[in-house]
Amino acid sequence: MVTPVVKGASFVLVHTPELVCHGSKPAREIKKDKDLLANIARHLRSYQEAVAYPPNQAFIGNLRPDRLREVEQPWHRSPLQAAERFSSSGEIMPQEEFYGWLKLADEYDLVQFEESFLAEIKPKLEQHPLIAPNDLEKLGSGVQLAAIEEKIAQNIAIPLYNGGKLAGCVSTAHEEDENLTAEIILENLCNKASGVVAMRYVLRSFDVTAEQIQYVIGCDEEAVGDRYQRGGGNMAKSIAELAGCVNASGSDIKSFCCAPAHAVVVAACLVQAGLYEEVLVIGGGCLAKLGMKYAGHLKHDMPILEDQMGAIAILIGKDDGKSPVIRLDAVGKHDISSGSSAQAIYQSLVVAPLTKIGKKILDIDKFAVELHNPEVTEPNGNGNVPRTNYRTIASMAVLNGEMDRTRIAEYEVAHGMPGFSPTQGHIAAAIPFMGHAREMIMNGEIENAMFVAKGSLFLGKMTKLSDGMSYLIERNKGVS
Amino acid sequence: MDLEVQGALLKAVEQYGKENVVVMLGSPDADSADIYAETVTVGDPTYAGPLAGVELKLSVYHILEDEIKALIPEDVYQEQVGLMELSLDKDAICEAMNNARKNFLG
Repeated sequence: MVTPVVKGASFVLVHTPELVCHGSKPAREIKKDKDLLANIARHLRSYQEAVAYPPNQAFIGNLRPDRLREVEQPWHRSPLQAAERFSSSGEIMPQEEFYGWLKLADEYDLVQFEESFLAEIKPKLEQHPLIAPNDLEKLGSGVQLAAIEEKIAQNIAIPLYNGGKLAGCVSTAHEEDENLTAEIILENLCNKASGVVAMRYVLRSFDVTAEQIQYVIGCDEEAVGDRYQRGGGNMAKSIAELAGCVNASGSDIKSFCCAPAHAVVVAACLVQAGLYEEVLVIGGGCLAKLGMKYAGHLKHDMPILEDQMGAIAILIGKDDGKSPVIRLDAVGKHDISSGSSAQAIYQSLVVAPLTKIGKKILDIDKFAVELHNPEVTEPNGNGNVPRTNYRTIASMAVLNGEMDRTRIAEYEVAHGMPGFSPTQGHIAAAIPFMGHAREMIMNGEIENAMFVAKGSLFLGKMTKLSDGMSYLIERNKGVS
Repeated sequence: MDLEVQGALLKAVEQYGKENVVVMLGSPDADSADIYAETVTVGDPTYAGPLAGVELKLSVYHILEDEIKALIPEDVYQEQVGLMELSLDKDAICEAMNNARKNFLG
């Protein structure tokens, strides 16, 4: 039997302040309040502020999440002096360059940019480590501003702004199909383009090449399809095509925020079963969630922190004797009969899988839970999500007689971490710790880490159930 | 508070009358309990949802408050809420609820 291991993990942020108005919540509210757009614009961050934002440096891998405790809060007022755009396997990309990637991701000439804007960004893209000469060709030379203005005036395209100036537009893909409107095309292209960046990074930064990838699993929450198959999907294969994975096919796993956990487990199973040697899990960013909690941020007169999308790419492959091992004998899942109380959920996702392999909660060095940045959620009254999760796991340890109640607070520090992920649903669900966990295990900082993710299935109105999935990774003891 | 929940609450009030609706919160900390309590009494402080500017003045409690706990069979409470009672800051949440009722319901 082949042992599945985590061979690499890449994390990318794209900072897109001028797409915030296309987020679901702001887009709806702007229609009702004519002053809102200007008010939102006054609270957007510059690219430099986004790069220096401490949780962003943790997300791309430049700062251990635990180190955030040393940074004075609020973090948006504590820019990191040594902040870098790039990490060893990811980056924080500025909006203007991301617009170029949107064009690269577009196979149907639905995205068009004005000539001078394209001429301005082309030299920057040319310098980018992931851009190849044929990418630059694909960008083309743009169209005249009047052509873009005309499409917008005809209501068959939506505008893309850069620096307050009209830079381009996204066209509707079918005038009678509400599943292919310009808004939905933009949403899906944002996911695809950010996914392509993350996938190219993971294939450039670790010991697996694009040609070696045999299967790609998408784990995002976008619905790709037309009126006859809304949500038909396979974003995974669309992304892999642009990352040179010529020997791969793929599919998407859907389970709301919980999908990345399912995807990692299924990828590991495909490897352990011997069907494929190298599998890639991919999740692009979510446009709809931009500015979702803007109201809380405006109320506290703080920057709108949901001005960026996250993307993740994870390499799961056959044992290389060094990368952390995924323990498929310790997978937890939330069964239909499990129950919806916190006890029932954590019994299924934490206690049951650990019991199977003779481990206790305190045997796990680090837990990755929903890692939403509390600075984004707290002003809107959504609480500190990771803290609540860690205190719940700690309380399970108390109920199991593993530790005393007085140690609940210190458990969060020792076995958890502050939240640092953008609030992008699937992106925040435990997976942002994968890169750190892999490094920490390989450096000997920790022995193991458990990933616990949950998903709000009820939001789709097909069931009142939620979902959950968990898995354990641990140090590779070497090839025997 | 989620806009959909605000909408559902408004509907319940229209259907059953203010005096017949009690709001039971399960929010995880004192700050969010305070915001939720404010929303269902004097209106949505973020002015984003259907309860913006709507003073429902509804009775509001948190599931961790002792007067609520006393109404629920102990075994059911332990099974459904016991873990959260252990893990959340019950004292701070209860204090926030008492203050919120004083401030918003007078």
